Amino acid sequence: MKTFKLGGVHPEENKLSSGSAIEIFPVPEKVYISLSQHLGAPAVPIVAKGDKVKTGDLIAKGEAFISANIHSSVSGTVEKIDEWIDTGGYKVPHVIINVEGDEWNDSIDRSTELVKDIKLTSEEIIQKIKEMGVVGLGGAAFPTHVKFMIPEGKKADSLIINAVECEPYLTSDHRLMLERPNELLIGTQILMKALKVEKAYIGIENNKKDAIELLSSLNYSGIEIVPLKVKYPQGAEKQLIKAVLGREVPSGKLPIDIGCVVNNSGSTFATYEAVQKNKPLFERVVTVTGKTVGHPSNFLVRIGTPIGALLKEVEVNMDEIGKIISGGPMMGKAIISSDVPVSKGTSGVLLMHENESHRGEVRNCIRCAKCVEACPMGLEPYLIAAVAKNELWDEAEKAYVMDCMECGCCQFTCPSYRPLVDYLRVGKRNVGQIIRNRAK
Amino acid sequence: MSLLKVSGSPHVHGNESVEKIMKYVCLALLPTILVAIYCFGLGAIKVLLIAIISCVFFEWFIGKFILKTKSTVKDYSAMLTGILLALNVPSSLPWYMIVIGCFVAIAIAKMAFGGLGNNIFNPALVGRVFLLISFPVQMTMWPKPFASARMLFFNGFNKIDQEIVDAVTGPTPLGILQNGGADAIHSSNYADYVMGFMGGSIGEISAIAILLGGIFLLWRKIISWHIPVSFILTSFLFAGVLWLVDPTRFADPLFHILTGGLMLGAFFMATDMVTSPMTPKGMLLFGFGCGLITILIRSFGAYPEGVSFAILIMNAFVPLINKGFKPKRFGKEVKHG
Repeated sequence: MKTFKLGGVHPEENKLSSGSAIEIFPVPEKVYISLSQHLGAPAVPIVAKGDKVKTGDLIAKGEAFISANIHSSVSGTVEKIDEWIDTGGYKVPHVIINVEGDEWNDSIDRSTELVKDIKLTSEEIIQKIKEMGVVGLGGAAFPTHVKFMIPEGKKADSLIINAVECEPYLTSDHRLMLERPNELLIGTQILMKALKVEKAYIGIENNKKDAIELLSSLNYSGIEIVPLKVKYPQGAEKQLIKAVLGREVPSGKLPIDIGCVVNNSGSTFATYEAVQKNKPLFERVVTVTGKTVGHPSNFLVRIGTPIGALLKEVEVNMDEIGKIISGGPMMGKAIISSDVPVSKGTSGVLLMHENESHRGEVRNCIRCAKCVEACPMGLEPYLIAAVAKNELWDEAEKAYVMDCMECGCCQFTCPSYRPLVDYLRVGKRNVGQIIRNRAK
Repeated sequence: MSLLKVSGSPHVHGNESVEKIMKYVCLALLPTILVAIYCFGLGAIKVLLIAIISCVFFEWFIGKFILKTKSTVKDYSAMLTGILLALNVPSSLPWYMIVIGCFVAIAIAKMAFGGLGNNIFNPALVGRVFLLISFPVQMTMWPKPFASARMLFFNGFNKIDQEIVDAVTGPTPLGILQNGGADAIHSSNYADYVMGFMGGSIGEISAIAILLGGIFLLWRKIISWHIPVSFILTSFLFAGVLWLVDPTRFADPLFHILTGGLMLGAFFMATDMVTSPMTPKGMLLFGFGCGLITILIRSFGAYPEGVSFAILIMNAFVPLINKGFKPKRFGKEVKHG
């Protein structure tokens, strides 16, 4: 079975919620919709205090090149536009809306009928994706339309749909594939048309055999289902391309440089809804799970719902919880409060018991080389961490710190419990700054 | 709800730890220890106990009173150093020499460099070589396996009675080779070497026991195959070439591999994480160097045995090897930037 070659680890999978069908989560009383839910510049609000909005109405425009539109996820009255804590722990502007009923924008097709026929042209599809605020739903939330605007002189030959879901615990993509397989495949065809390619691959790890079987049984031309051996971080763009096509993205380059575009499966489903149903991205599937959670669940949640509201529905003793992670345990962010709202990038909410929320005691590096062996980018994490700790930024750059994607494999394997990724992040931030200054 | 904790990702850990690694290596040495006790009886137990207790004591004492750091005794690394040092000396070694060896290993080779992880040389080997140079007579007086170990234990070598000594000690196969040339070892029995029925340090006599432990370490992924295989293969090939050139002067390659500290060195000493290279290619070169130097010393040097020196010399090259042999980087084919 296919997989990437270099490095990688196999954390406990803990897919506790893989058997829980997606439940529609009730609309909360109040939503907090962040203006910077995506990678890039924050969106510019076009509503003001007191305005009435319907579900699906545009409330903020992504005006910069890398930015995305934001739509209201509820109907009601804008209470205010004010700072609120986001997933990253910073206070950023949010549109706070008091919910009144659930009246949807009339242009949205709310029927569940499958629309197979793709009427729009390539350019119109990309425009539609942009209009509907579709971003990558895997976590980083990169605006999807930017990915599909191929720069002059470059050409794509393959589209890869990332349905790997290599993070432990998370099952939102898995459930979506099982429950909406046709929509996912039509979404894939839409993106193939946008990209003008004949061939698409859907990469799925072999711990989701039911999804592999189901998608393989449906007949959509040009789409190949690729089962992959379970290994983290297979969902990382470069590792996925390597696993599926055997091609290697050169250091410092993008997938398009070797003719590929990778898109998350959740975003592909959102693309279907945007293009065929005219539905903006204002709700998403969120896995709420954890070892001490009574009912690990997958909820279809309106963007802006406070995470605290989700926790009330899964039977968990919050007094015992030490850490709440937005995303998976390998790359997710620990949030500072359950007041943080769900954003487009929230793939899951992981509740960690007090006992499992501690890091181990840090010891000296014993040069066991486990981090070197585990690094999927072929770096030397122990060395980069050491030079970053001593603020030797030149050395860090020479050791290719900028190739690091913070997947966490090194720290996961370190027998001395060294905070390698913390140092790598510090190294990346400083070296990145130096490189940008040099370019000026 | 109490206050939430925040920290950077990853939020889970593979549960490997320094303690576990050290414990597994100690466990892997168990077959070797059992053979040692079986062959040398109480003498082996005495050496092991003295070495372990002194190493742990020195580590604790230096940490507490000199470096004033949190105790590192619980990570089992001092215990491992003690076991390895004990396995590298004759069972007849007087107790105070063992203590001196442990002091050199822990205080000088390990703690003076900043403790576990910062040492350049394998502590147990530094201790052993120090003893070999300081007390050459006692360090090369090898009790024969099963030879009245009790007598040795009770009398010790404090009062050296030549009669007792001759009765129960004999040279190692490598010693015989050094003094008598290849002819002298023609009568040797490889089955005895494999099982451990030959003279030598308490832990280097049974190839099969060491191999068992080595396989366990490979299976637990504590060591990789690169160092032991390249060490043993290089020794075998180099010794083989010499043997083919002049079989009357040089021993055959199988003899070299089964005798002396080669197996113990290849699986347990050269593979020490702290003092070996980080990348597979570097490890292959390291093992190659170890094998080459070992056979060079054995065949042309003044000492009958060269494993300890070979590994220590290669330890010194590790920083250089780490600089020269980098891991294969993802996406490096195309020029950077």
